[in-house]
Amino acid sequence: MKRIGIDIGSTNAKLALLDEKGIVLHLLAQETGFSSLEACNSLLGRLGEFGIDVSECRIASTGYGRDIVKNAERRITEISCHAKGAARIFSRSDFLLIDVGGQDTKVISVRRGEVEDFAMNDKCSAGTGRFLDVMAKIFGLDVGSLVELASKGRGTSVGISSLCTVFAESEVISLIGRAVPKEEIAYAIVYSIAQKVASQAARISADDSGVFLTGGMCENAFFVEMLSECLKKRVVTDPKARYAGCIGAAMFLETPMN
Amino acid sequence: MDYRKMWGELGMDVETHDNLCAALPPAFTEIYLSQKNRPEGMGFWDMVVADIHGIRPAELIEERKKGRKVFGTFCLYVPDEIIIALNGIVTGLCGGSEFWVPDGEKHLPKGMCPLVKASLGAYYGRTCPFFRVTDLFVGETTCDGKKKAYEIMSQDAPVYVIDMPQMKRDEDVVKLAREYRKFASKCEIVTGNSLTIDKLNEAIRITNNKRKAMQRVYNARKNADNIPISGKDALLMTQIAFFDDPVRCAQMCDKLADELEERNRRGVSVFDKGTKRIMVTGTPLAIPNWKLHHIIETSGGAVVCEEMCTGVRYIENLVDEDGGSLDDVILNLARRYMKNNCSCFTPNPGRIEDIIRLAEEYHVDGVIDVNLKFCTTFDTEGILVEKALKEAGIKVLGIETDYNDGDSEQLKTRIQAFFEML
Ligand code: SF4
Ligand code: SF4
Repeated sequence: MKRIGIDIGSTNAKLALLDEKGIVLHLLAQETGFSSLEACNSLLGRLGEFGIDVSECRIASTGYGRDIVKNAERRITEISCHAKGAARIFSRSDFLLIDVGGQDTKVISVRRGEVEDFAMNDKCSAGTGRFLDVMAKIFGLDVGSLVELASKGRGTSVGISSLCTVFAESEVISLIGRAVPKEEIAYAIVYSIAQKVASQAARISADDSGVFLTGGMCENAFFVEMLSECLKKRVVTDPKARYAGCIGAAMFLETPMN
Repeated sequence: MDYRKMWGELGMDVETHDNLCAALPPAFTEIYLSQKNRPEGMGFWDMVVADIHGIRPAELIEERKKGRKVFGTFCLYVPDEIIIALNGIVTGLCGGSEFWVPDGEKHLPKGMCPLVKASLGAYYGRTCPFFRVTDLFVGETTCDGKKKAYEIMSQDAPVYVIDMPQMKRDEDVVKLAREYRKFASKCEIVTGNSLTIDKLNEAIRITNNKRKAMQRVYNARKNADNIPISGKDALLMTQIAFFDDPVRCAQMCDKLADELEERNRRGVSVFDKGTKRIMVTGTPLAIPNWKLHHIIETSGGAVVCEEMCTGVRYIENLVDEDGGSLDDVILNLARRYMKNNCSCFTPNPGRIEDIIRLAEEYHVDGVIDVNLKFCTTFDTEGILVEKALKEAGIKVLGIETDYNDGDSEQLKTRIQAFFEML
């Protein structure tokens, strides 16, 4: 039987279809929107376009909306799924995984392909994608363009010191008021989040295994560069990295339930 | 029975208090009564909770009419034995509900631990009868938050503060004994009785017996193949012990322990095979704070041990019963209480040793280190605890939480991920 992994995240919903041998056949994504249930149904519906009959497939779900996926035979947290999926995408079994998502940031230490330890920041938006969203809005940009703008502001001495998104927002506004060049402020913003993610990672990992970035931020090359700098380690990513969660969920159907 | 008249006579804000009375039963039903296969012995505690602000406060009012005095405490370092020896009654006062927090925030900074805010909120909001029947509030110089809170409270309430040492050298034990001596003098004044060696020895026996009975219940939780009682139920028993008469508490716990031992013999478990055995460690869980246990026990785990003040710290270590002179006995008391390993001490290696020992004794699969938001000492010590446990090969998850339920979903995800990892 083919296997479906569905990851219902707070911002995006993703689906992976794996064949009997575990080869990835299709990857789909869409915004979660207001209804996780609708997002889930619409993803499953889109499989029809490829001639897939969902009722003939086994399903596993993950992400904060994992409980609404009706026919899922397994529901696994995004921590375990990300680790498993990333191990496949990066073909490694020992590594540090960093996932900067819209609402939370996860740092997962993976050993022999299994989660060994993890830390999650989900109470404070300052170290998450949400922080960049808020900041990008001030400039009337999307996150991608903000990060790109930041790459032109290298070398600035401008910094953001607030630990809290709300205070950081007023800091940015006052920098704008002082006519500090936009790209320098953008740099300070991106540097600040990379720093926060790096210090979170420092509590989890001590050794030199590779660092992989998943989640929405992995598409921003300059962010990857900044994070490498802050961690003093090369951060690697992959275009499929944002699908780590759903691929991992589908892979859980390979292992018998214990 | 309707206790509203009694509450009114105690000067409580009965109307606001009604909201609490309305919220508690559905929460208790959802969290407690929905559990399957509970020990019958829990019936006693179910009854107590059902009238938590009625039955026991009514008893205390009666005792006060006979001239006895009530001492309200907030910490495990207050020696119950001295109070009991002087015919006083001890009642715990720590608040464990978000309900009291807003009233606390009217008198304290917001950035304080919810336990302190809730406790002072219950006092200032006049929504807890135990505060209304207390003759002396006994504080102690443990954490900064409590120290300052007692100062604020002492402006309009009778407060006595025990000065705690911060280290555990021999001279600190002697210092604590001196402080207990002073405290005894204060209690003598409040009760009008004088401390005798016989009375103190008797009080030590009563308190030790309560610890022994509670320990029997905990011992039953050590069984590696069977979980005879849920963590939630054991926690409830422990939480109520702070309020109850110590002799009755011992009887009830002994009865419960008999049943649990029988369950272990017959293999009657509250949980399915494969449920993860979890120890929680960290800040106290004052009644009715059941949030963490509930999340754990609805996510594939069972709490089998609490290395907490609402847990083994309350019951482990007995006071030496063959005393000698009054001074010797008070020194013995100080020795016992100094064995409690609270993060307010520096350094505090004993707590880490305890956790590692308990992990083995209770056959735990993993440890959850929980910290109430804004508790600096436990938060900081958590770094050392987690490091030591990892080095000892024990899986540990650190979490920080508050009284409100806003983070329940996130906690659930973390805790489930932790179980997936075990
Ligand atoms: S945690 Fe420390 S300060 Fe708080 S009750 Fe326990 S011993 Fe006292
Ligand atoms: S939990 Fe921490 S901050 Fe709160 S009262 Fe206890 S020791 Fe103080």
